[in-house]
Amino acid sequence: MRDKQVQDLKEYKYGFSTDIDTIKAPKGLSEDVIKFISNIKKEPKWLLEWRLKAYNRLKVLKEPDWQKPKYPKIDYQDLYYYSAPKSFKEKPKNLDELDPKLLETYKKLGIPLQEQKRLNGIAVDAVFDSVSVATTFKDTLTKQGIIFCSISEAIQKHPDLVKKYLGSVIPITDHYFATLNSAVFTDGSFVYVPPGVRCPMELSTYFRINASDTGQFERTLIIADKGSYVSYLEGCTAPMRDENQLHAANVELVALDDAEIKYSTVQNWYPGDKDGKGGIYNFVTKRGLCQGKNSKISWTQVETGSAITWKYPSCILKGDNSIGEFYSIAITNNHQKADTGTKMIHIGKNTKSKIISKGISAGYSDMTYRGLVDISKNAENSSNYTQCDSLLMGNKCGAHTVPYIKNKNSDSNIAHEATTSKISEDQLHYCQQRGLNTEDAVGLIVNGFCKEVLQQLPMEFAVEAQKLVGISLEGSVG
Amino acid sequence: MEKQLRTDFKKIIESSNFSEKEIITKEKYLNKFIQNGFPGKKNEDWKFLDLNQAIKSNIENLDYFNENLPNEVDPKIYVDGLEHNKIVFINGRIEKIDFKYEESDKLEIKDQFDSDSLLNDVNSLVDLNSALTNKYYKFQVKKHYTVKKPVIIYSLTTSKISSKNINIRLDFDLESNSSIKIIDYSIDKSENNFVNIVYNFNLEKDAILKKYKLDKEENNNIKYSYNNINLDTNSVAENFILSSGSRFIKNEINCNLNGKYSSAFVNGIFNLDNNKNHEIRTSINHLNENTKSYQLIKSVLGENTKSAYQGKIFVKSNAQKTDGYQLSKAILLSDNSEFNAKPELEIYADDVKCSHGSASGSLNQESIFYIMSRGLNYKEAKELLINGFLLDVVEKITDNEIKNLIKNIMGLKE
Repeated sequence: MRDKQVQDLKEYKYGFSTDIDTIKAPKGLSEDVIKFISNIKKEPKWLLEWRLKAYNRLKVLKEPDWQKPKYPKIDYQDLYYYSAPKSFKEKPKNLDELDPKLLETYKKLGIPLQEQKRLNGIAVDAVFDSVSVATTFKDTLTKQGIIFCSISEAIQKHPDLVKKYLGSVIPITDHYFATLNSAVFTDGSFVYVPPGVRCPMELSTYFRINASDTGQFERTLIIADKGSYVSYLEGCTAPMRDENQLHAANVELVALDDAEIKYSTVQNWYPGDKDGKGGIYNFVTKRGLCQGKNSKISWTQVETGSAITWKYPSCILKGDNSIGEFYSIAITNNHQKADTGTKMIHIGKNTKSKIISKGISAGYSDMTYRGLVDISKNAENSSNYTQCDSLLMGNKCGAHTVPYIKNKNSDSNIAHEATTSKISEDQLHYCQQRGLNTEDAVGLIVNGFCKEVLQQLPMEFAVEAQKLVGISLEGSVG
Repeated sequence: MEKQLRTDFKKIIESSNFSEKEIITKEKYLNKFIQNGFPGKKNEDWKFLDLNQAIKSNIENLDYFNENLPNEVDPKIYVDGLEHNKIVFINGRIEKIDFKYEESDKLEIKDQFDSDSLLNDVNSLVDLNSALTNKYYKFQVKKHYTVKKPVIIYSLTTSKISSKNINIRLDFDLESNSSIKIIDYSIDKSENNFVNIVYNFNLEKDAILKKYKLDKEENNNIKYSYNNINLDTNSVAENFILSSGSRFIKNEINCNLNGKYSSAFVNGIFNLDNNKNHEIRTSINHLNENTKSYQLIKSVLGENTKSAYQGKIFVKSNAQKTDGYQLSKAILLSDNSEFNAKPELEIYADDVKCSHGSASGSLNQESIFYIMSRGLNYKEAKELLINGFLLDVVEKITDNEIKNLIKNIMGLKE
């Protein structure tokens, strides 16, 4: 049983591609392509102007190169910036109108939308290549006044909200990949939770890159109005391809007074084969703004996929008494590389933040935790606690920790701890003595190592993530 | 800047007697410096402390050549209560070397320029040092010899100089099973100079180096100091830094643990007030098995001050059983003080024990209350806590005589 599982998963199980007719924008990045995207999505004029402004800035920006994992230069003119299943020209109104092939794809991925709708009670918004395919459970949410739809739909139906918040956390003047996204983003999810509403179910998006040579540039915007609560899940896969594919998404969270947003990611993009060929470049910008008093944003991520993961989900703690949290497990195996961590920027008084990061590297992989804790002058009585632990398996891989700590306020405290170690012989011996084989023992110990983070995930995801953790390390011991 | 540099360089060459080969080498380093200039904020290693900006805003018309008039050494500067050997620099020129306590055949002093010992590809300041130092000294401690008394290197600047760049370079070779204790002591009567010091240490098997750097006296100079230490099997390097007096200083220590069972220790104190801006940057490279490093850095930060600690532990893939530890703590006494840290781990071997910790905040109010409830006033309570906080670092010094000297200099009570 175990062997079969291993066999299944040694090969990336999401590595199929679906033959569906697609409409693509002309290859390359230009003003015309942006106009094409904007036009096909029937966007208002202000948005097109906004996109073009971002594009103009992009022309003078340079790609950053300070990161640890280096990659060959990306030819931005050799990418498709828009790819949509043909049957989507007119968006389907409900699931029954969807292309059956698409539904099958999602079934293979383990998210049968129909069933999910009935059984799980998790509302799913699925993004296929560039466009949002279907949103389940719409009615239940609408009753509560919660808006959960694709961002394109939100642009049409709720332009005021989008206009007010789009780019308020990640402005178009941000770094290269964020600006690129602002210029060419195609779809993504939009969530608005009205004041005082506690979202009754977990909201979830599923991303998939199908077409080759496409970049996926989705944009997610979540707004939790005063006193509301929402928990949001994100999962990702892509088919196996030899070439590297770019994924440069922007995620913006805004929490107003007393609101709380919980954002969980299980990222399992195709990591490339065991020799490091192919795989996704996951260069994502995620940023949350605790704008109101007593607001809270919590990021949880399980990063097991992608050839290169390069992201720092951050919290800007602007409101007084606001709280930011970051829980992360990053696992790299074979030739995968990751440079991930968080930024906690304390601006308001009495702000608190907590960072728990667990990195595991095996094979020939390379893993970096890079983080910033910045307590500004006026952030009186703020505190931060950071813990980042790394586990190494073998001496061909690397584990690095690069924290930046800036304290400008004498009433605030920052505590930081980091350790790097391997699985000790004693621990292994203890488990083996009790009848576990080496692999199971390692699995057990690693799960214990990650427990603090896994606990933060919603139930359904936690089980899956736990399995994923074991699977990602399969074959790295012995 | 370039024009000034080139003319000053010419003057230095004219006033010294370098060979043709030396001049060519020096010119190479000069060109390298001109190409890169003073490091600024854009350089990752100088992120927290912008030297380029500091020089621009504090020193007008930096002069790279100073006439090396001999200066009388005033014996009053000597440290009391400790018998010691002396090396005295005045305004960057070596005026006195006195090893009267040592056996002369056990200690060799070379002043021949040796282009092989110049350090390459470190940073532009080391290049500047290589280009402009006019004298080069190398102290070689012979096999199995323990230098009996500590060596105090006085580096003195007089009120005669201003807006000058001073470059000092010293080398120490410790042959196998030898040992030396060095105190680097700076006394500054000058203002607005840029002092650039480079030391290079080579430790052979079983050698022991203990190095203490004291910068206590209030002055308005900008300083940079780079120490490179190469350690062979079973050798030990102990470093202590008191960073307190200068307006602006960056101490950099680079340790290469080349041999098995070698170890490096770095202990540092920032005790700052009045607009000072200090940094310690260390890189400890574990390059062989069973090597060990330990770092402890503590800051006490007063009005308008800024301290930064950038510590890096690098572990090569063959350096199994490495033990690396790093701890930085800071007390911020004022609303205008700032502490920055970047404790970095870069690890490529799996069987290692590496950790770092960093904590910063204000004085613990409960502790102050506790002490005050026993009859001390607020100021005394605060001083007592800071005393204890810093004493912790000084206690790490393994040489008792020097430990007491430093306690006296810092005014720490037990």
